[in-house]
Amino acid sequence: MTVWSVELALVAALVIPLLGGAGVVALGRHPNLREAATLTAAVLLAINVAYLVGAAEARPEITLVHIAPGLDLAFRLEPLGALFAAVASGLWIVNSLYSIGYMRGNEEKNQTRFYLCFTIAIASAMGIALSANLLSMFVFYEALTLSTYPLVAHKGDARARRGAAIYLAILLGTSIGLLLPAIIAVQFIAGSTEFVAGGLLAGAASPLAAGVLLVLFAFGIGKAALMPIHPWLPHAMVAPTPVSALLHAVAVVKAGVFAMLKVGTYIFGPDLIAAAPTSGALAWIAALSIVAASVIALTKDNLKARLAFSTVSQLSYVTLGVMLASPIALLGGALQIVMHAWGKITLFMCAGGIYTATKKTEVSQMRGLGRLMPWTFAAFGIGAASVIGLPFFGGMWPKLFLTEGALDAGKLILAGALIASSILNVAYLMPLVGRGFFDRAPPAKEIRKPAPVLAVLPPVITAIGALLLFFLVGPIVDFLSPVFGLEGGGAP
Amino acid sequence: MIEAFLALFPAAVLAQAPAIMVAAPMLGAALATVLPGGRPAWVVALFCSLITAVFAFVLLFQTWGGEVISYAMGGWAPPLGIEFRIDGLNAPVLLLLGVLSLLGVIFALPSVADEIAPRKQSLFYATFLVCLTGLIGVTSTGDAFNMFVFLEISSIATYILVAMGAEQDRRALTASFNYLVLGTIGATFFVIGVGFLYMATGTLNMHDMALRLVELDDNRVVQVAFAFVIVGLGLKAAMFPLHVWLPNAYSFAPSFVTAFLASTATKVAFYTLIRFIFDVFSVEAPFVSAAFVWVIAALGVIGMIAASVQANFQTDARRLLAFSSVGQLGYMLLGLGIGTAAGVTAGVLHLLNHALMKGALFMALGVFAIRYGVRSINDLRGLGRTMPATASAFSVAGLSLVGIPMTVGFVSKWYLVSAALDRGWWWAVAAIAVSSLLALGYVGRLLASIWLQSPPERALMAAKDRIPVMMLAPMWVLAIANVWFFFDATPIVELARGAAEAALAGAPR
Repeated sequence: MTVWSVELALVAALVIPLLGGAGVVALGRHPNLREAATLTAAVLLAINVAYLVGAAEARPEITLVHIAPGLDLAFRLEPLGALFAAVASGLWIVNSLYSIGYMRGNEEKNQTRFYLCFTIAIASAMGIALSANLLSMFVFYEALTLSTYPLVAHKGDARARRGAAIYLAILLGTSIGLLLPAIIAVQFIAGSTEFVAGGLLAGAASPLAAGVLLVLFAFGIGKAALMPIHPWLPHAMVAPTPVSALLHAVAVVKAGVFAMLKVGTYIFGPDLIAAAPTSGALAWIAALSIVAASVIALTKDNLKARLAFSTVSQLSYVTLGVMLASPIALLGGALQIVMHAWGKITLFMCAGGIYTATKKTEVSQMRGLGRLMPWTFAAFGIGAASVIGLPFFGGMWPKLFLTEGALDAGKLILAGALIASSILNVAYLMPLVGRGFFDRAPPAKEIRKPAPVLAVLPPVITAIGALLLFFLVGPIVDFLSPVFGLEGGGAP
Repeated sequence: MIEAFLALFPAAVLAQAPAIMVAAPMLGAALATVLPGGRPAWVVALFCSLITAVFAFVLLFQTWGGEVISYAMGGWAPPLGIEFRIDGLNAPVLLLLGVLSLLGVIFALPSVADEIAPRKQSLFYATFLVCLTGLIGVTSTGDAFNMFVFLEISSIATYILVAMGAEQDRRALTASFNYLVLGTIGATFFVIGVGFLYMATGTLNMHDMALRLVELDDNRVVQVAFAFVIVGLGLKAAMFPLHVWLPNAYSFAPSFVTAFLASTATKVAFYTLIRFIFDVFSVEAPFVSAAFVWVIAALGVIGMIAASVQANFQTDARRLLAFSSVGQLGYMLLGLGIGTAAGVTAGVLHLLNHALMKGALFMALGVFAIRYGVRSINDLRGLGRTMPATASAFSVAGLSLVGIPMTVGFVSKWYLVSAALDRGWWWAVAAIAVSSLLALGYVGRLLASIWLQSPPERALMAAKDRIPVMMLAPMWVLAIANVWFFFDATPIVELARGAAEAALAGAPR
């Protein structure tokens, strides 16, 4: 009798972080043991997810809870979900190390609550990644919103409370007002909400109905931060930096665009999106988000605010990929989830490292700091290059595929928007690195206390990851190709 | 399991179950009036509500699978004698009454001891038992005039219970008086309607009446009777715009009374609406089906939006939840107005679920009131820190009210939206979405005040002594039920489905 099975591994992906959370609470009085619980859970989860990635071929599935006839909470593994789970769980390890450095370095309060909510959020993200149907995804989507709320409000002052209230209002409001009706409508039209290869609604919904639903999904999945639903993201930046790094560059926002991608691929299917009358307009809105958010980012002096708007912009790349609905564009969107995650978490962790060492938050205050914090600024430079999409960095691939997708569709202006955004990215990210290194160094007393190793090393690790991903893209594309009906291997 | 439970009772007791349900609280009320103090009267009330809860299960199991129990009261055979008729439609409502009155009575001891003068407490419990008698009678009876009698018994007891809040706030007296005036108007409308029906059919037995109404679709008297009955019962159920008595009554009544009324009284009135619209009259009668879209569903949708908007502007927490109740009733009405089996299922489902939510919410407000005497939303600030257990239960039920997944509110909404789509009513779906957002707004205000504001100094000082377990336990039972019945929604959905089947079975045409 085999005790272990792939199905159990699916459940384990949800249970491991929750057990880690229980451990965090149980060990709350002993900070070192408590952090060990988080790290153990993170490593176990990563191993488990790595195993799942290997087993994704077989599409294992399991029903968790039978709510009522026709309504199930169920998991089914498929390549997109496996990839998202791998990114989130892999980066959770790095981020847990970083959290320890940051939270201790800044002497934050209520750390037990912080680590507990973090584990619940990761469990929710796993739930979203593995969901077999829209209902399950919605349940975990809302769980993610609610569990990250205490993290955003962590500081507890008026500004944090206000930011958290906006965060909650927008995310809950859009999900209940738009996403839920859309999901129930899908259930009504198709008789289920299962994710089906080729699209559940294909052949079941008229293009007009699909068009309406597409709009509901695009704005209802508020975590994808398509303009004008984006303000929650900048407001969420009041959270401690590890939260911004893992949740608002990886787990939460990527859960949003991942949901969008999954809905596009498995609920609508590329053909139906192409036929829907609204997909063109939504592609334009995505392109507008890309450019407008980049322009706004340019005007922000606060580093985290700048990175937040950069995220808004980068997320819309995925939405754009979904709306273009060609295999190559969808593949670009999927790759963007991976590549942007590695790049952006690096940038956030660097921002936090700078804050821990100098308490500086504004870009204009950081001139010459690179000479005092060379590792942090070097990592920032690599992360920025990847986010911009420069060659030899992982972030290049999704931009390439998306541009190609836009050109294939004959939409020159959309391709132009992508290129314009990359130029804007250079303009708002690179000066920090350039001035950091080449301006005159500030007096050494600017460093109040050196940043802990655990606040410096993690961004360096992820920066190296962003570099390596440039070369590792082949296997990822091979892994994803069957989903989008592309013939195997490598860069096209 | 059902057999094992029923086997616990002698067959003679089982046969008398409908009578025991209504007799136990009635006799208990008489006993409670002569008892000297609050505590002995409370024991009587607890015992009686325990009996009703147990026999509610008995009746539910006896009617499980579509059986109908016809009990001839006093041995006088229907249709001339008064019949108690239990079927799949009212058995779940009886269950709701039994369980929530039991939980309510447990909650009542510390709450009533705090809010009602000791010499009035035994009379208070007696009045409560009279009210419970009336509600059970309304739900069980199969006789239209008998229903009016029980409706008045429960209503008059309710006026007294609301007026008991005068010790805390004298405005309870005007609230009670307004309620009395409007409630009496409602009862009058209802009894006029019943009179017309008697005129047209020559019978008061509702089942008999239904059989005879089949041939009277074009009868003007019957149509007028329908209008009178709907207005009368709609007033009792606080159907928008006949809800004006409700916010004040809920705001100024003693905490326990509000929790009890919010989770039972309007639910019973809503049940009578279903009974009359679907069972006595029939969806197939043209004048009834015309009323669905333009009266029931339309008022439901308007109530859903308007009352929820009003809720957003309240400063008193109980008033806010009272307006929310009116809004939530709109969901149930919409379910009825959809008129299909799926719609009625959604309506009854929300009836049951809403009782779970509002019971927990009003109980939590009662706990806040007993500890700090606070009522306004502003005074709730910081309670998340000083009373985390109560505040958490409040939050769970509040999120359920919004319809967040992992709460029963989500299940309600799912079924309601499905039913609306099934009928092709996209506008209703939009209305549900808007109303949910409004609910998010007002619940958000409450939760923001509780969790995000810092507590005032005095609150921190007083936070030492403990909250009575008897208040916490029933509240948490309801809060956990709000989550439990999401993950295991089948039983509650089956209850609602059975109720819809029974309601739509009606008289053969």
